[in-house]
Amino acid sequence: MVSHVPVVQVNDVSKRFIIRKEKSLKERLVNAGRSKQFKEDFWALKNVDLEIMSGTTIGLIGPNGSGKSTLLKTIGGIIQPTSGSVQRRGRLAALLELGAGFHQDLTGRENVYLNASILGLSRKQTDEYFDEIVDFSGIRDFIDTQVKFYSSGMYVRLAFAVAVHVDPDLLLVDEVLAVGDEAFQRKCLDKIRSFQAEGRTIVLVTHSLGQVTELCDRAVLLSKGTVMFDGAPHEAVRDFRDILEERRVDEAAEHKEEVRHGRIVDTFVHAKGREIGEPVQPGDDLVVSMSFEHDGEGLENWMAALQIDNVQGQVVYGTTSKRLGFVLPRLRERRTVTFTLKNVNFGTGKYFLNASLMDVEGRHLHDLPQVASFDVPYFDLAVGSVHAVPEFEDLGR
Amino acid sequence: MAGLDESPTERSTRLLNEPWQHAGAVGGGVTGTIESVKEIWAHRQLLGLLTKRELKSRYKDSAGGFLWSLAKPLTQLFIYYLVIGQFLGAARNIENFAVYIFAGLTVYTLFSEIVGSGTGSIIANSGLVKKVYLPREIFPLAAVGSALFNFLVQFVILIVAALVIGTLSFGPQLLFGVASLVLILIWGTAVGILLAALNVYLRDIQYLVEVGLLLFMWASPILYSWQQAADVLPAWLLEVYVNSPITLSVLGFQEAFWSEASNGVPLPHLALRMLVAGVIGIIALIFAQRVFSRLQGDFAQEL
Repeated sequence: MVSHVPVVQVNDVSKRFIIRKEKSLKERLVNAGRSKQFKEDFWALKNVDLEIMSGTTIGLIGPNGSGKSTLLKTIGGIIQPTSGSVQRRGRLAALLELGAGFHQDLTGRENVYLNASILGLSRKQTDEYFDEIVDFSGIRDFIDTQVKFYSSGMYVRLAFAVAVHVDPDLLLVDEVLAVGDEAFQRKCLDKIRSFQAEGRTIVLVTHSLGQVTELCDRAVLLSKGTVMFDGAPHEAVRDFRDILEERRVDEAAEHKEEVRHGRIVDTFVHAKGREIGEPVQPGDDLVVSMSFEHDGEGLENWMAALQIDNVQGQVVYGTTSKRLGFVLPRLRERRTVTFTLKNVNFGTGKYFLNASLMDVEGRHLHDLPQVASFDVPYFDLAVGSVHAVPEFEDLGR
Repeated sequence: MAGLDESPTERSTRLLNEPWQHAGAVGGGVTGTIESVKEIWAHRQLLGLLTKRELKSRYKDSAGGFLWSLAKPLTQLFIYYLVIGQFLGAARNIENFAVYIFAGLTVYTLFSEIVGSGTGSIIANSGLVKKVYLPREIFPLAAVGSALFNFLVQFVILIVAALVIGTLSFGPQLLFGVASLVLILIWGTAVGILLAALNVYLRDIQYLVEVGLLLFMWASPILYSWQQAADVLPAWLLEVYVNSPITLSVLGFQEAFWSEASNGVPLPHLALRMLVAGVIGIIALIFAQRVFSRLQGDFAQEL
């Protein structure tokens, strides 16, 4: 069993940004007397405490502007906290941006040496790893070409190859796993896994909640600069989705959809035999009820449609009344329809319901995107949008 | 160092025994300066690479390469020699006028390059400053490095010219050359570091610097002799003028490579003045580094 020792201590860290609205000498002199007017305080972090143990992978999640990148930069020493302190030990590598130190006019080879040096490798060590780095990047033919002639893919590959050969104890990663093609992303994730196996500590800022539950041992949820939750990734992700949901509902209330003649009045979703808002268990029958009305002279040949998205916005299910062979009578007064989805088996997570009113040509007359949502409880045997109970057997030889 | 094949247990044991360190720049006081110097020393290879990068990228893709770095000073030399020396007659009072100008120009170009490119260095490297933690002094220092390289090229020409014209002789006066170089490096670095940090907050600095460098070139005895200024300036202003570190370095260079064979009138107590300017320069350098280190905490968010 590997013992975990603390490698990062964040003690009561706060960070204030002062947003100034003027920059030039003239403006400052002119506005010297009333400088308060042109300043605005913004607390990106408020009294954050955090201890990170060696060999763990921690995900920092939160809505945009919640302070997660600021926290990461504070740990990396790039930003000084306004109050509080950050201590760490061991060799650090920060992957805040791939190829941050690349210079357009230098060749790939020169940039490898420069970038490795920026990340803390000595010349001798770089010599040692050079072939490995070039092999990993897969662009040996272009290594003596200036990087300004590289395609963006080649650029990123080379930068990543350097970064992963730096041998860090603590790796800070900010969103960089989201670049490159699919094969490259897989390569990145594989490398992260082998880093984990080697007992390195990884702090990850990401918007991909799937990555958090897949890669991390622990997740920290930040909102408006404070730690809202610190613990098991799937719980953090669930809390995070609730925050996003609240925000979305608030926003939706502010800008009500423009009402045309036909409209969807309301939509509910629940599992048969359960209350609205209760988690949906695999095997339940899901009941979606929608009410429509039309203010004008009425609508012939209309259809009701529903679509279910997962949190990544991928469609996991969709159907319409027309598909089911129904021709609905003229819509005028309020009319309610229900879809019952038999024996649904959704995987863990939150799902969103989109309701649509369409005419016979399939034109959308009124949409209510993400009008309702439901949760499927955590299932620890598998991940993904589909629920199925896995069994495993070792057949030997 | 820790190998790539270290086991997780070995890693955590090693980490347990490593001391805690503060993330980011080190604290205040003189100990802070010492810590900063240590940190920069640890990054000396990077400093070399950054210097090289600066030089390479400056003359990228040009057939003439670094020879172009000579074009400007040689043209300056030619113009000043012809216009100021011959047309305006300054050469009548100063023997070997070409060497005289070039000695001053060489040392002043070093200063102006250090300060000029040092001031913009943090902004020019904003990509790195925002994304990676490095001791940020490295960027103005890399500007010093590349300026030194250009200086060396010019210096070689100066030596050759002094040999050919016959103003160079081996003797203790050459020490003035070394002292001048040290003095100008100390002051150039101090000013460069300070302005680099201030320029992040107030971009007007870089334009002020351009004007200031032009002013200082004429406020030092490069194209005329210091006695000519002494005839005109009131006594207090003359003291300020001759004790400016730039004037002292220029005079020191002229003393070393021109004076001996050209009947130059040395400034009284030149060596002592240079020593005093050097000591004050070191204090200024430490002060500049302290200011820099205080300001650098917010670089990442100001850029």
